[in-house]
Amino acid sequence: MRMKRVAAVAAAATLALGMSACGGDGDSGSGSGGAKGVIGKAQSQKKLVIGVKADQPGLGIQTGSQYEGFDIEIAKIVAKGLGVDANNIEWKTTVSANREPFIQQGTVDLVVATYTINDERKQKINFAGPYFIAGQDLLVKADSTITGPEGLDGKKVCSAQGSTPAKRIQTDYPKAKLQQFDAYSKCITALEGGQVDAVTTDDIILAGYAAQSQYAGKFKVVGKTFSTEPYGIGLKKDDKDGCEKINEILKTAASDGTYKAAWDATLGKSGKAAPELDTTKLTNCGSV
Amino acid sequence: MHVFADPTNLDAYLSGFLWILKLTGASAVLALVLGVLLAAFRVSPVPVLRGFGAAWVNIFRNTPLTLIIFFCYFGLYSTLGVGLSDDLDLNNFWLGVVGLSVYTAAFVCEAVRSGVNTVPAGQAEAARAIGLTFFQTLRIVILPQAGRAVVAPLGSVLIALCKNATIVGTIGLIEASSVMKQLINDNGDAVIPIFLVFAGTFAAILVPTGYFFGWLANRLAVKR
Repeated sequence: MRMKRVAAVAAAATLALGMSACGGDGDSGSGSGGAKGVIGKAQSQKKLVIGVKADQPGLGIQTGSQYEGFDIEIAKIVAKGLGVDANNIEWKTTVSANREPFIQQGTVDLVVATYTINDERKQKINFAGPYFIAGQDLLVKADSTITGPEGLDGKKVCSAQGSTPAKRIQTDYPKAKLQQFDAYSKCITALEGGQVDAVTTDDIILAGYAAQSQYAGKFKVVGKTFSTEPYGIGLKKDDKDGCEKINEILKTAASDGTYKAAWDATLGKSGKAAPELDTTKLTNCGSV
Repeated sequence: MHVFADPTNLDAYLSGFLWILKLTGASAVLALVLGVLLAAFRVSPVPVLRGFGAAWVNIFRNTPLTLIIFFCYFGLYSTLGVGLSDDLDLNNFWLGVVGLSVYTAAFVCEAVRSGVNTVPAGQAEAARAIGLTFFQTLRIVILPQAGRAVVAPLGSVLIALCKNATIVGTIGLIEASSVMKQLINDNGDAVIPIFLVFAGTFAAILVPTGYFFGWLANRLAVKR
């Protein structure tokens, strides 16, 4: 009996420890001015945890301990605007499937990870931005005859498990055979090997893969987008102030040239001209 | 429990566990056949067969299952072109079964071989003395006795196999753990309940399995 009780206590302690251990630094500490949310944390701790992708060339890619890409540069601009130096950003790798939980649980303060703003997600978190408008497209082999999503009937198309593009294929193009991997890099390998006929996600991500040296000349982006994917910056649902502040920062970045510089240093290297950041399209941060 | 009140989520949950059960069933049969064969190889008087069995066990028992399953898709299927079905899900399923089977067979082999060692040497000698061949000795005298001794360890192998089946999610089969990830992604506010439901379902399947094998082992034990 006694042993049982000890075991139960031990188990409970382990669970509690385990749960607190995966929470991360989740308190939105009150800042000096009593500001809450991401502004408060930036003010009081002078550091931020930002969730980014680690496997998307040109947007967010991890080499060693370094992250680089357009999303990373945008995150640095936002952090700087909040008063946090780039060296004090703790980067955290997120995959498509864990972005909302990371924000909701406070594992990260912000998510800048090719994060499409949509209504379903707005129920759970808040979005600043968009800082870029992408569209879902197809990546196929250079000699492929697929010219758009209509040509996917009976063809195998690959996407990431649980991602927006995967769900769109399931609902809008049910005749396509959907192969889902846990990372886009596996899809690219399967496309190269001919096990799938197309990879689908946002055009800009696909362009990043196609531009990699080891795939030079092997793939092409079809160039017929069939969705609009505004990339936003995710943060806690109740953090309206933080969201508005980030939109201000983006407006400034658009006018003072830092946005263009971020593009030129990353995705712009492929020769693609910098997009215009349309400040009229910025979100209202959840206000009605 | 609002998450599982949604019929689409409930369907996903059920189909996820259906895949797990299918993977477990198909792989268990294949692994048992393969494993017993490998065990026979390893105790045989033929050096080539012994070497083959030992190599199999050493390779597959010491390679992470994640890598084996990954290789089944990207090595067997991608590079070598071994397609097992025209249907995408079924193809991934059978590739997963291949990976799980070759891996689990190594463990089955070792369990069976340890069972062979519980049979007194006199039994084999007596069998040889009445003129049985090696394979007759194995089939008629040794394996029936060894089999009774390895019921409990094989139960453990089966339980491990069922949990290992979740790894097939990495090659695109939407099994229980992939469903769990998706549900957690869609319901970040209900992570703990979702986790508990999935873990609980595994426990509900596997705890009785464990007891059943314990009971069976007791019943079949050779009383010496």
